[in-house]
Amino acid sequence: MIDSIDGVLLENTVDATALSERGPAPRRVVVSFGFWLFLLSDIIIFAALFAAYAVLSKHTNGGLDGTQLFDRRHVLIETACLLASSFTCGIMMIAVDRRSALGTYFWAMLTAFLGATFLRLEIAEFCVMVLRGAGPARSAFLSSFFALVGTHGLHVAIGIAWLFTMMAQIATLGFRPMVMTRILCFSLFWHALDIVWIGVFTIVYLGAHL
Amino acid sequence: MFGKLTWSAVPFDQPIPLITVCVLLFGILGLLILVTLKGWWPYLWREWITTTDHKRIGIMYVILALVMLLRGFSDAIMMRAQLAVAAGNAAGYLPPEHYNQIFSAHGTIMIFFVGMTFVIGLMNFVVPLQLGVRDVAFPVLNSVSFWLTAAGVLLINVSLGVGEFSRTGWLAYPPLSEIAYSPGVGVDYYLWSLQISGLGTLLSGINLTTTILKLRAPGMGYGRMPVFCWTALASNLLIVAAFPILTATFAMLLLDRYLGFHFFTNDGGGSPMMYVNLIWAWGHPEVYILILPAFGVFSEVIATFSGKPLFGYRSMVLATMGICVLSFMVWLHHFFTMGAGANVNAFFGIATMIIAIPTGVKIFNWLFTMYGGSIRFTAAIYWAIGFMVTFVIGGMTGVLMAIPPADFILHNSLFLVAHFHNVIIGGVLFGAFAGYTYWFPKAFGFKLHEGLGKAIFWCWFLGFYLAFMPLYALGLLGATRRLQHYSDPSWQPLMIAALAGATVILVGIALTVVQLVVSIRNRDRLRDLTGDPWNGRTLEWSISSPPPGWNFSGLPTVSGLDAFWSRKLQRAPGAAAVPLKPVSVPKRSALGVQVAFFATLMGFALVWHIGWMAILGLLGALAAGLHNAWRVDLEDTVPVSVLAAHEGIQASRVAPT
Repeated sequence: MIDSIDGVLLENTVDATALSERGPAPRRVVVSFGFWLFLLSDIIIFAALFAAYAVLSKHTNGGLDGTQLFDRRHVLIETACLLASSFTCGIMMIAVDRRSALGTYFWAMLTAFLGATFLRLEIAEFCVMVLRGAGPARSAFLSSFFALVGTHGLHVAIGIAWLFTMMAQIATLGFRPMVMTRILCFSLFWHALDIVWIGVFTIVYLGAHL
Repeated sequence: MFGKLTWSAVPFDQPIPLITVCVLLFGILGLLILVTLKGWWPYLWREWITTTDHKRIGIMYVILALVMLLRGFSDAIMMRAQLAVAAGNAAGYLPPEHYNQIFSAHGTIMIFFVGMTFVIGLMNFVVPLQLGVRDVAFPVLNSVSFWLTAAGVLLINVSLGVGEFSRTGWLAYPPLSEIAYSPGVGVDYYLWSLQISGLGTLLSGINLTTTILKLRAPGMGYGRMPVFCWTALASNLLIVAAFPILTATFAMLLLDRYLGFHFFTNDGGGSPMMYVNLIWAWGHPEVYILILPAFGVFSEVIATFSGKPLFGYRSMVLATMGICVLSFMVWLHHFFTMGAGANVNAFFGIATMIIAIPTGVKIFNWLFTMYGGSIRFTAAIYWAIGFMVTFVIGGMTGVLMAIPPADFILHNSLFLVAHFHNVIIGGVLFGAFAGYTYWFPKAFGFKLHEGLGKAIFWCWFLGFYLAFMPLYALGLLGATRRLQHYSDPSWQPLMIAALAGATVILVGIALTVVQLVVSIRNRDRLRDLTGDPWNGRTLEWSISSPPPGWNFSGLPTVSGLDAFWSRKLQRAPGAAAVPLKPVSVPKRSALGVQVAFFATLMGFALVWHIGWMAILGLLGALAAGLHNAWRVDLEDTVPVSVLAAHEGIQASRVAPT
């Protein structure tokens, strides 16, 4: 069989009409496409925050800078948790594909646990910084740091809440197409947060030592 | 308990806002009593407030835009009246702090709640009909978008009577908009109103982009899409790409104001010019978000009333998409005076001039469409011709200001004010009115009164020139924008001329109301039963007016450009006789109005620092969303018998007698 992007091409490979002339796309494709657009717009919000960080990262206003504040070991553990949660999220999607409720719950709980550990570590980092007098109101550098990293953390928190909602939906509504599409959207969201975090890790934490 | 909110927030001591608020409140109260006494609530709730039909949502957007046009225009004529008298020793009737609120409100309302709202309304109504499909991609989300916009409108109008509005211009530049210089609630009203409505706009952009890219009638490839759909696609792509920047920028300013962050402050290492860069990285695409759909309207109107296919369809599409990309590369021309240096300014100056080329291509395409056509001079094409003349002048003054040395002199002057009104009134507003006139019979089944339509056009057209040509001259004489008073009495005659122009526009706006009333009263005489009152070319004219809830009983099959026109040439205007199948239509949903209610509550609470109410608003919106997530029965089915009955009636109306 010919490879496909999302399975749609596959179903239609026998159809000779040009893809753009085949009429309305199936619901599943429409929903995930719309969600992709939403993710792109969300990434643009991060782009604006990254831009602000790039402009302000040297504006420490006489306060501490990144090299003094960031603990790279701590951040490495954080990163490992988040990346591992993307892996478990991938396994969860396989369980969803097999319509295995138990498997889905197990991997979803593991994903949520890793996400929550990431958040816990991030909040600990924030607390230490604030206690050292390096809160967001201290300098423009710290304002942009807390806004960028905090917005990512907020997304992770929303993602965890969404994941619990989806488990409740599986429990009450079962694996119907509507629920499956929503879980697909969740996994896109979760992986997108990883991509953003790679940017944060590289530009904020590694970039501080440039 | 109520944060910063006290009775002193109500302007009992200021007669102008107080009287305005009283009149508004009585008007709204009267309307509510009328609706209650007549027992219209169930109908309104079922058919409009909770509707998920893109056509009705589009109509509500347009009504909202027209109402806000009244508000924005009253601000405008108050400013013009002030400037007509406040010369030399005369102080005028508006104190500076009130005047500053008025110009800020005027700009904010006209761009966000008239321009954007009108254009999104037209796209909502027209795009699915032109694509030959039954609704937008996400009908419930569409309702949420509309109601979030309405929530923003509500919040901005509450600021009239409770507290104050921003005094920092339509883009709220820091450091003036920071808490140190604007400690009042005005900037917060501005920010929360635009954050809430901006979310609605973003969702609408995602929705329409998905609709155009994923839902088209069979056979409608990209090369067969009507030009209005192309311009709508470009505009919505820009919304998806640009509005998040606005959201992020406003969020940063809010963090500065609420939590003492230092993004844009003078102290703490903040950078006010970063705000200006970010806001224009949204703001320049924004003007194309507004104008591109207007270009689409003119393309449809000119082709229809010239009785010819649009000249240079492919070049039109390329020009549209070219503008879409270029619009992100010119933002710095809004502040050449920042001091970025000669090379940077030269780059952005040249990029700005280049964007005039695709626009020029469009103008020639429209002219060549008309050339050799048999033009029917209806009110809609009046707007199109008036646009071409006016917009070219506005474009030329724009290219003039794209030259950095010239801009250093003209920056912040009334010349600039004249320029952007020249393109926004002459482009966006003329386009919105052309679209309103053109698609009104599709929405309601009867035409608008033609004579009055032409009178409205002449009022706007002549009024525009009388109001804004003097501003070009005043700008060259040295008058800056946002003036509340001037000492040089020799400017006064030109200021009085500008007031006269605004008064002529006022007559045009009054006639718009008259036209609506007259047309509704004479609807039987203006009735169009065929669904094709203008001898149109695209699919929306192939169905009844108003279209049924499901739009197309059977999806049309498209084999070329101007799908309906080619069917008429084959003498088979009716849809091909395919066996009808039951149609699924989305059920109505109260989610939009619920979310908007809680969003308004949250916005108001955040403006006044009322913690519990803000949390209540947030939780309420969340609960509404969760409740909706458990709805499983999302669609109604229209049986074949209903479809067949509708098609039967329509066929008997279209058949030649």
